[in-house]
Amino acid sequence: MRELTYTQALREALTEEMERDPNIILMGEDIGAYGGVFRVTEGLLARFGPERVRDTPISEAGFIGMGVGLAMTGKRPVPELMFMDFALVAADSIWNQAAKMRAMSGGRVKVPMVIRAQQGGGRGNGAQHSQSFEALFTHIPGFKVVLPATPADAKGLLKSALRDENPVMFIEHKLLYNTKGPVPDGEYTIPLGVADVKREGSDLTIVSYSRQLLFALEAAETLQKEHGISAEVIDLRCTVPMDIETIVKSLRKTHRLLITHESHASCGVGAEIAMRVMETAFDELDAPIMRVAGLDVPIPVAKTLEDVVLPQPDAIARGALKLMKG
Amino acid sequence: MALPKDLLLSMYERMALIRAFEEACVQLYMEKEIRGSFHPCVGQEATAVGACFALNPEDYMTCTYRGHGACIAKGIDVNAAMAEMLGRRTGVSKGKGGSMHWTDPSIGLLGENAIVAAGVPIAAGAALSAQLDRNGRVALTIFGDGAINQGAFHEALNMAQLWKLPLILLCENNFYAEMTPLAKSNPLAQVADRAKGYNMRAVVVDGNDVCAVYDAVREAARLARAGQGPTFIEARTYRLLGHMIGDSESYRTKEEVAQWRERDPIKRLRAHLAQAEGVTDAEFDAMHARVQQQIADAVKFARESPYPDPEEAYTDFWI
Ligand SMILES: Cc1ncc(C[n+]2csc(CCOP(=O)(O)OP(=O)(O)O)c2C)c(N)n1
Repeated sequence: MRELTYTQALREALTEEMERDPNIILMGEDIGAYGGVFRVTEGLLARFGPERVRDTPISEAGFIGMGVGLAMTGKRPVPELMFMDFALVAADSIWNQAAKMRAMSGGRVKVPMVIRAQQGGGRGNGAQHSQSFEALFTHIPGFKVVLPATPADAKGLLKSALRDENPVMFIEHKLLYNTKGPVPDGEYTIPLGVADVKREGSDLTIVSYSRQLLFALEAAETLQKEHGISAEVIDLRCTVPMDIETIVKSLRKTHRLLITHESHASCGVGAEIAMRVMETAFDELDAPIMRVAGLDVPIPVAKTLEDVVLPQPDAIARGALKLMKG
Repeated sequence: MALPKDLLLSMYERMALIRAFEEACVQLYMEKEIRGSFHPCVGQEATAVGACFALNPEDYMTCTYRGHGACIAKGIDVNAAMAEMLGRRTGVSKGKGGSMHWTDPSIGLLGENAIVAAGVPIAAGAALSAQLDRNGRVALTIFGDGAINQGAFHEALNMAQLWKLPLILLCENNFYAEMTPLAKSNPLAQVADRAKGYNMRAVVVDGNDVCAVYDAVREAARLARAGQGPTFIEARTYRLLGHMIGDSESYRTKEEVAQWRERDPIKRLRAHLAQAEGVTDAEFDAMHARVQQQIADAVKFARESPYPDPEEAYTDFWI
């Protein structure tokens, strides 16, 4: 299989879907002539023209609100938030408008829109450019929420998102863009809401997604090599719909659960997963569920601090060791 | 008022229908048959009817929580609208949207909106959609004078003008944003001046003169369809009732309200029709009787309609 970067995989998904569906329209800041600050949309303006690859003024509330109008009238807009943090300046367009139109209209309209944004820390971008917001989208009903960790998943999940009839929040991670991985040739999609077992194991289950999934895999390697512990690693891939079944299936084998994500611990997706597991499969647990997540502080810049605030692979491994003793 | 008599008569009847709808709702609200909040547009019927009658049925529209008039003018089914007010499953949004969220794509209605100014970018998006499809449609967005201070409003105006979108921005300037008078929130002499910052065509009209609104919107639509971009229309009008039912109205004087009652757009059109077109009292009575019957039927329909079943809380959400 060929190797692509996460960026290339995303671009391939956009290109193939735009070829297939003339209603797909990209919009955002510097996505056209410049190709996007993370280069995902590079070359698409030349290929699809300025009507479909639309550079916008710095107006997140405005162009996402316009996306709602486009989607309600038969288009499939793909607004790009340069940084996820800017979702907050467009909060009304996102959470009050896009997320609710279908329900408020009694199902008379649909809003097939994919908002693309990258999030996450690790680059010293500071508190206003490093946040992770999947919990916000998971909390307020209306969006499907997708967080691919690998290039192959990025392509297959983005293609599904672009075909979905609901609004989809498609969350990339800024430190994944240059990662490489095998990507199948030809046409394929990955259904939204289906988790993937990225590594089989028997002693404990680690659930993660987005960049933290790579850390979880690294921790699993260490646990195996240095401690003889066999960790199963599940990539949740989507927080809405949330595939608890795959986690429970794994727990029937391992009976121990560690959840790790980069976003803040408080009211995070980890808390949600833990509760749902308790509700459906409490009897499978041999130890309390453990959570390794971002500290509840604004993300600092200095590397020494950022590495403490955002969980690193060794923190996951340490957590797993503790869980195994418990 | 050089418009054809037939058009004036149908505009009159629609304005009377809106008035009757709103008055019935006030009653139903007081009797607790309507839940939530209800923002009557009594007194503002001329902007709604003037604007919508100047458009084609397939043109798009967004409006606000005070948009019942515009929705009825655009052609919403009055039975379904009343059922929505009463939270019934036969309602235009199956009882899920209520007073502030009427939506009906079959008449181009992309939603009332409970968030001040939020409908402006949505209409701009619909205008962009029409521009991309080259289908000759325009999008009308109706908002209040309070909306002009919102960020989303400015972002949408900027992009609409940059991209020459077929968008008509109709500000129903009723001089109050809830309880705040315009002079306390707007440093400019007139609302329409806001459009100058975007190099956008702007006009000011008497919002209680249905013909003035009709002409302004018709011209804006003609320019928009010809690729000339958006127009900002400030229609000066007044809501004769409070912001919502229960508003003490302590922020305005009885004299001020009385003065505007003199300029009631329905009375005004009636006087014109009687004088210039010789419409008789009997003809007016017949129109009002039709309207009252329509509203009585709508209330009956709504009351006899079932409430949504509990299971419907889960439907009309994901596809
Ligand atoms: C973003 C937002 N802020 C505040 C409100 C509360 N609110 C509802 S109506 C209103 C006044 C709006 O006035 P205006 O735009 O002039 O419209 P009018 O009610 O006069 O038609 C306010 C402040 C809201 N709905 N949305």
